[in-house]
Amino acid sequence: MKTDTIAAIATAVSDAGIGIIRISGKEAIEIADRLYRSKNGKKKLSDVTSHTIHYGFLYDEEEMIDEVMVAVMKAPNTYTKEDTVEIDCHGGILVMHRVLEAALKHGCRLAEPGEFTKRAFLNGRIDLSKAEAVMDMIHAKNEFAMKASLKQLKGAVSEKVRSLRDEILYEIAFIESALDDPEHISLEGYHEKLEEKTTHLSAELKKLIDSADNGKLLKDGINTVIVGKPNAGKSSLLNLLVGEDKAIVTSIAGTTRDVLEESIKLHGIGLNIIDTAGIRDTQDEVEKIGVEKARKYANDADLVIYVVDSSCPLDVNDEEIISLLCGKKVIVLLNKTDLDNKVSEEDIKKSFRKIYEGMENVYEQQSLRIIRTSTKENTGIDEFEHSIKDMFFEGKIAVNDEIYITSKRHKEALMEAYDSMQMVRQSLADDMPEDFYSIDLMSAYASLGRIIGEEVEDDLVNEIFSKFCMGK
Amino acid sequence: MSEIREKVDVCVVGAGHAGCEAALACARMGLETVIFTVSVDSIALMPCNPNIGGSSKGHLVRELDALGGEMGKNIDKTFIQSKMLNVSKGPAVHSLRAQADKAEYTREMRKVLENQEHLTIKQAEVTELLAEKLETPDGLATKKITGVKTYTGAIYEAKAVVLCTGTYLKARCLCGEAITYTGPNGLQAANYLTDSLIKLGVEMRRFKTGTPARMDKRSIDFSKMEEQFGDEKVVPFSFSTNPEDVQIDQVSCWLTYTNEKTHEIIRGNLDRSPIYAGIIEGTGPRYCPSIEDKVVKFAEKERHQVFLEPEGLHTNEMYVGGMSSSLPEDVQLAMYRTVPGLENCKMVRNAYAIEYDCINPGQLYPTLQFKAISGLFSAGQFNGSSGYEEAAAQGMIAGMNAGLFLQGKEQVVLDRSQAYIGVLIDDLVTKENFEPYRMMTSRAEYRLLLRQDNADLRLRKIGYEAGLITKEQYDYVCKKEELIAKEIERLENTKVGANQTIQKFLESKGSSTLKTAASLAELICRPELSYELIEEIDKERETLSDDVIEQININIKYDGYIKRQLKQVEQYKKMEKKLIPANIDYDDVSSLRLEARQKLKKFQPINVGQASRISGVSPADISVLLVYLEHLRHNKNNQ
Repeated sequence: MKTDTIAAIATAVSDAGIGIIRISGKEAIEIADRLYRSKNGKKKLSDVTSHTIHYGFLYDEEEMIDEVMVAVMKAPNTYTKEDTVEIDCHGGILVMHRVLEAALKHGCRLAEPGEFTKRAFLNGRIDLSKAEAVMDMIHAKNEFAMKASLKQLKGAVSEKVRSLRDEILYEIAFIESALDDPEHISLEGYHEKLEEKTTHLSAELKKLIDSADNGKLLKDGINTVIVGKPNAGKSSLLNLLVGEDKAIVTSIAGTTRDVLEESIKLHGIGLNIIDTAGIRDTQDEVEKIGVEKARKYANDADLVIYVVDSSCPLDVNDEEIISLLCGKKVIVLLNKTDLDNKVSEEDIKKSFRKIYEGMENVYEQQSLRIIRTSTKENTGIDEFEHSIKDMFFEGKIAVNDEIYITSKRHKEALMEAYDSMQMVRQSLADDMPEDFYSIDLMSAYASLGRIIGEEVEDDLVNEIFSKFCMGK
Repeated sequence: MSEIREKVDVCVVGAGHAGCEAALACARMGLETVIFTVSVDSIALMPCNPNIGGSSKGHLVRELDALGGEMGKNIDKTFIQSKMLNVSKGPAVHSLRAQADKAEYTREMRKVLENQEHLTIKQAEVTELLAEKLETPDGLATKKITGVKTYTGAIYEAKAVVLCTGTYLKARCLCGEAITYTGPNGLQAANYLTDSLIKLGVEMRRFKTGTPARMDKRSIDFSKMEEQFGDEKVVPFSFSTNPEDVQIDQVSCWLTYTNEKTHEIIRGNLDRSPIYAGIIEGTGPRYCPSIEDKVVKFAEKERHQVFLEPEGLHTNEMYVGGMSSSLPEDVQLAMYRTVPGLENCKMVRNAYAIEYDCINPGQLYPTLQFKAISGLFSAGQFNGSSGYEEAAAQGMIAGMNAGLFLQGKEQVVLDRSQAYIGVLIDDLVTKENFEPYRMMTSRAEYRLLLRQDNADLRLRKIGYEAGLITKEQYDYVCKKEELIAKEIERLENTKVGANQTIQKFLESKGSSTLKTAASLAELICRPELSYELIEEIDKERETLSDDVIEQININIKYDGYIKRQLKQVEQYKKMEKKLIPANIDYDDVSSLRLEARQKLKKFQPINVGQASRISGVSPADISVLLVYLEHLRHNKNNQ
């Protein structure tokens, strides 16, 4: 059951030691008490004075997670004007996530984007003149979360969620059509069939939850896009990077033939690499679509690798490519050094300066690195890998914080779907009538919908009419 | 010579199932009411299936009855077979369905109307709505209704008008290439009112529906069909009907099936079907598809069920349920004759499809009053629904609200957690419907609470407050509620020990023995036991009536599920209570997404809950809206 007590990580997610988990709502202190133990084990947060800080340990059941400071603030003198608990933890990202997860497990709901501020406003804490700003913030945060959620979900995972949803919907539609038209559609023998089905669905959901724990649901790496003219050596580069000595995490064929996506680890850093179709000026409609795609991918990327065939002089197509790289971190590979050399580092820099003339900050931002490579002879690749590593540790390329939140949200939805499925199984075991099954099947369907950003709407009625022949 | 000019309180246009309920409600509230019909002989006509109720529709009739409506009482007087559907399933989906004697149904309803004080029946076609501009707009309303004008030029001045035109507006019936410009059963169509509505700025649309053929009973070989009996113990529809009065001799229905031959004939003649040939413009319902639709869309099905249902006791006509069609008459006859038992059938009336004008109900408030025209209400198929029960339920709400409107009282809106009627109307006015809307049990998300057995407990009070339920009827429900609560409390607090008498009793009922003491309620909870079955070990109980015992059993047995739904309802109600002012300017809510802004402007929801159910309005949009409303409220308070 959804509660009105919400929790979230209140500080930016980073590896920088300290972070705060904030809990707000009627049951905030009660829930915190379930997690908190003082040094002597006797203190109860529900007994302490408001606006005090307490040292102790945070437990998930019997397992200690972290040594913490807990601030207890009772309504109404808090940010949200609700009872609020803030847990200060010290153990870095992983620990913060364990704490948040424990809070969710013990009765909190993950806060919606912007929800603390929304509550603060609705409870009269924020100046009314700020209404517009609050609305904009809620709007922006939600748009961002939705975009991030869809962008980060692996194609294969959303496919899976979709197919599980379809299976669930089919069962609900069958039950409901039989209830609505008992003289045409019979539920005889359905009990056993549904039992099998829920066993299967529960197992599939469990698998997804496990992969959420292993971080396999999301593309949790640096979004890297390879661009270049046709035949510059992009695919050879990708093949080299994912070669036998590199760990291939997954391999998902793109939606069209011209995009290939790979997840790899380089020196412990996760990269999601998308290889795009070659870009050249063309009248060919299909190729034009490819260019559009490359533009889109480059736009979403954290890092762009621009592969140049150094045996051919730069031309208008290169200018076209360079113009796509505004605001991106860029590594240029001068490839094919085994052949005659027609392009120098200086030529590249000149082209970039020309295109971004008068936009010094853009050029600056790109922190352009140029490396000479030969994918054929496997030279320069080490230097390239080290460049990526350096950029990462210098903080020039960073993984989006939102990904951690997204993964929590997804996991929460999966857990809910799983719990609903167990309720169905319980109803089956208790020999409840069929109309009781569809209540929890519907909740599972709705929970899964949140992962792929789909609302329930009239799905059920449409499914009933399209799959089952009803009617007088 | 001067025209006829009369002054009344309410005009109801149309005397079908919606119109009858609307007119009765208004008249019973003491308002002078005129009901118009193109034919007095077709009051409460059942031009399609000869039954009332069915899954979820039965719920509507019970709710309507609890509010003080007539449909339940009328079918109790005129049914010839009755069945409680889904009895093997949970109590929430039990639903009554009765076969009606159609002619009797019409006659009885006409009698009620004719003898209702303050109600006048008038045979006339209403051709024009009279309205005037409001000097100062009232909410979204810029006009107000002032009366109606008939074909003969007579004017009826009225402060409220309820439109229940059914399938009559610009109706045309199709049977293959043969098209007639009439309403159902060859009745006169109403061809002028649409234009008047358009002039008033009402957005119209066109829907279609259909009905199967009627056969001469003497031409049917029933030995090739399965007989379908009514229930041994009949449950009445109306809470006011004495159950003993409905234990009558019943007639049977008959079941047979289509086969490959039937389907071949249909497939071979699809080009002659007006739907597949593109002659029909209206959108038809998916839930009662014509037989040609079924054959095309469910090609893998080898056979479809066909029910032969009597149309009454004094007629030989049999309704062919499951085989509505708009194919030409010759194809119809050939196709019906492939069905076992119908080999030599004679068609009394052929099947046909009917097209008619109706409105996009997004133009209505959940009170069923037009947003833009004060005093104008509408109900039934005119609102884009389908079915006698859906029509009657809306008719009651539209009529009741027209009455409350004239009395200057707050109008009634049933919400989704109160009644199927609430779900029906909320769906109609909030969602985009592209076909005639039929009630379905899956549409009611809180259906465990919206049972047919507790409609009186849910709704009597509302009927009473509107003046449609007597004090005596209301007191009965209050008393019942009290008895249920008291008895459940007693059962929860009465413990039985694990002594020999109890263990022996449990063993005799095939129930496991107790390890520690248990309450009587806990025992009732067991699937194999019930309130009635534990009488032997419950010495202190007083005699209670069957309807009270039924509630006790259900409330105890499904307690866990019911509590969960109540919790969901609590969440739901929070948003329903947050009202949106009628003069809200959505352009001023800067952070709404474009799609949400357009939809909100179009539907003008009355509260945040309704807003959240409009497709295209996301939870984030709702958050933004809440912040905006809070901002408005404070600004207002500060002024």
